[in-house]
Amino acid sequence: MKAEERLVIRPAHIQQLIDSLIRRGYRVKGPVVRNEAVVYDDLSSLEDLPIGWTDEQGGGRYRLRRRDDEALFGYSLGPRTWKVFLHPPERRLWKAERNGRGFRIIEEEERPPLFAFIGVRPCELHAISILDRVLAGGEFVDPSYRARREGLFVVVANCGEAGGTCFCSSMDTGPAAASGFDIALTEVVTAEDHYLLAEAGTGKGAEVLGETGGVRPGEAEITAARKTVEEAAARMGRSMTGSDLKDLLYRSYEHPRWDDVARRCLTCGNCTMVCPTCFCTTVEDRTEITGGTAERWQRADSCFSAEFSYIHGGSIRSSPKARYRHWIMHKLAAWVDQFGRSGCVGCGRCITWCPVGIDITEEVGAIRKNGVRGSDREGEG
Amino acid sequence: MGRKPKLAVYKFASCDGCQLSLLNCEEELMAVAGEMEIAYFLEASRAVVKGPYQLSLVEGSITTPRDAERVHQVRRASRFLVSIGACATSGGIQSLRNFKDVREFVSVVYATAEYIEALEKSTPISYHVRVDLELQGCPVGKDQLLEVISAFLHNRRPNVPAYSVCMECKKAGNVCVMVASGTPCLGPVTRAGCGAVCPAYQRGCYGCFGPSGSPNTISLSERWQQIGKGEEEIVRAFRSFNAYAEPFRRESEAYERLLTEKALRDSTSSS
Repeated sequence: MKAEERLVIRPAHIQQLIDSLIRRGYRVKGPVVRNEAVVYDDLSSLEDLPIGWTDEQGGGRYRLRRRDDEALFGYSLGPRTWKVFLHPPERRLWKAERNGRGFRIIEEEERPPLFAFIGVRPCELHAISILDRVLAGGEFVDPSYRARREGLFVVVANCGEAGGTCFCSSMDTGPAAASGFDIALTEVVTAEDHYLLAEAGTGKGAEVLGETGGVRPGEAEITAARKTVEEAAARMGRSMTGSDLKDLLYRSYEHPRWDDVARRCLTCGNCTMVCPTCFCTTVEDRTEITGGTAERWQRADSCFSAEFSYIHGGSIRSSPKARYRHWIMHKLAAWVDQFGRSGCVGCGRCITWCPVGIDITEEVGAIRKNGVRGSDREGEG
Repeated sequence: MGRKPKLAVYKFASCDGCQLSLLNCEEELMAVAGEMEIAYFLEASRAVVKGPYQLSLVEGSITTPRDAERVHQVRRASRFLVSIGACATSGGIQSLRNFKDVREFVSVVYATAEYIEALEKSTPISYHVRVDLELQGCPVGKDQLLEVISAFLHNRRPNVPAYSVCMECKKAGNVCVMVASGTPCLGPVTRAGCGAVCPAYQRGCYGCFGPSGSPNTISLSERWQQIGKGEEEIVRAFRSFNAYAEPFRRESEAYERLLTEKALRDSTSSS
């Protein structure tokens, strides 16, 4: 049988999709409901999916809600990102063993699982491609990331719902994925019907899709799927636009808004932890009491802590103002210079999961609205 | 092999929980005993080896005139002095007295108040002597304690982060209880070190590990009010194991003043 490019599958067929991936040796990760939120974790059965759940989101607020249908992907986004699998928050880099008067390095042998992600949102797919660029694209490649990323099988779930803090439309990262996936699903739920339009993006994807038992779509089904995504885009409440954003921010180094946001910012680091593209790490040396072995660990770090910018003599960014400004400056401006595009994909997680609801779109909006005051880049702290 | 460095463990006003954290190390404690001479540790043994001590772990707060003297002797006998736990680093739960009149308590509790010599305030070790490192927590974490000892033994900087509990919470994969359930949580202003124990069980953080490196208590309290918590609850939240730690103290006092002003207004308007 020739592998089909596009098929209509029924919700029950997702089980075949999962089975088919597990058969091929994939460790399947996908959305599950845990502790009052949709998070990504191991997935073995269709029943694990957040069937009939959605979420209500705002600044510093997330609530799970029941839907009045049985949608599989009817939620928007939860706090956990795919980066926790591709770029784990904690990882041993190497070990050393005392060897007479010297020591011997023991290389870390990592055999990461072959991952398949089900339910990747289009904005998250963009986030993964940004991580690819940062961690595997340049001169210095993170071998652990590359090993985890290489065989990744991606099943995208295009968005039929715009989350309360989403702004992917304005960032041009959603709500539908154009490429970079193995399979893309668009779920259509109406009073009469419930199906998913599945599109294969790779040969591997087409092969897996062929095993699900789907059928060829009709024109009506294709149109309905397109409309679902268009409606999600139209319902998006936030935006953050402007090709001039980089220059605007670079010019706004001394804008009074930074003081304003610093009064609210907890410097807790939540925004960087839930951001799908924040990749910063630090290294820690650990020693055994007896000194027989030592280990070097890589650990997720955040520019919101004072230690992050600690060099000889003290912290470069000692004030919360300097830390918040640094985060936005890097994410939205310096990132463009470094990696050729913005580091923000518009998922809105930093807005929802900020305990005090600081809204990146609002902060940028305020800086834009009140114009530029001062372009002096001196006086960091 | 040279002589093993001497370790001393001292206690001031405290519950002994931090010393127990060390005793609880069990397996690793044997390793510590192998590398260091446990020279002074009354909780473990009454055999005392004379100082000076290369590393002193000091538990407890200063609450009596006698202890205020003794802590200077401890400093003199110690090369590195590490204060451990909420009592030693902030004054502990007993620093609740600092917000009231301790003489009044004494007269109520004790039959013969003259026998009691208590300072007006319970204060951390660093109020009295120079401290080389403060290890926060009620009680201190076993892993952090071992990390400090290990770092001391191998001449490196200990990895004792000053960032918030949120960092540990996210690392553990917990869902934020404040955002997802509206549960008040002190995590964003509290120092990491416990491994985010309470949020892992859907409870808000109680702030056992004291203030983080840059705690914005003002902003957090405002959020607590937005999610329906009253001023009294805010005072109580900041007034626990680390009540006298500067950022927590300021915050509870600010809300206490608000409450007092409110009560005053109410009494004048009703009379």
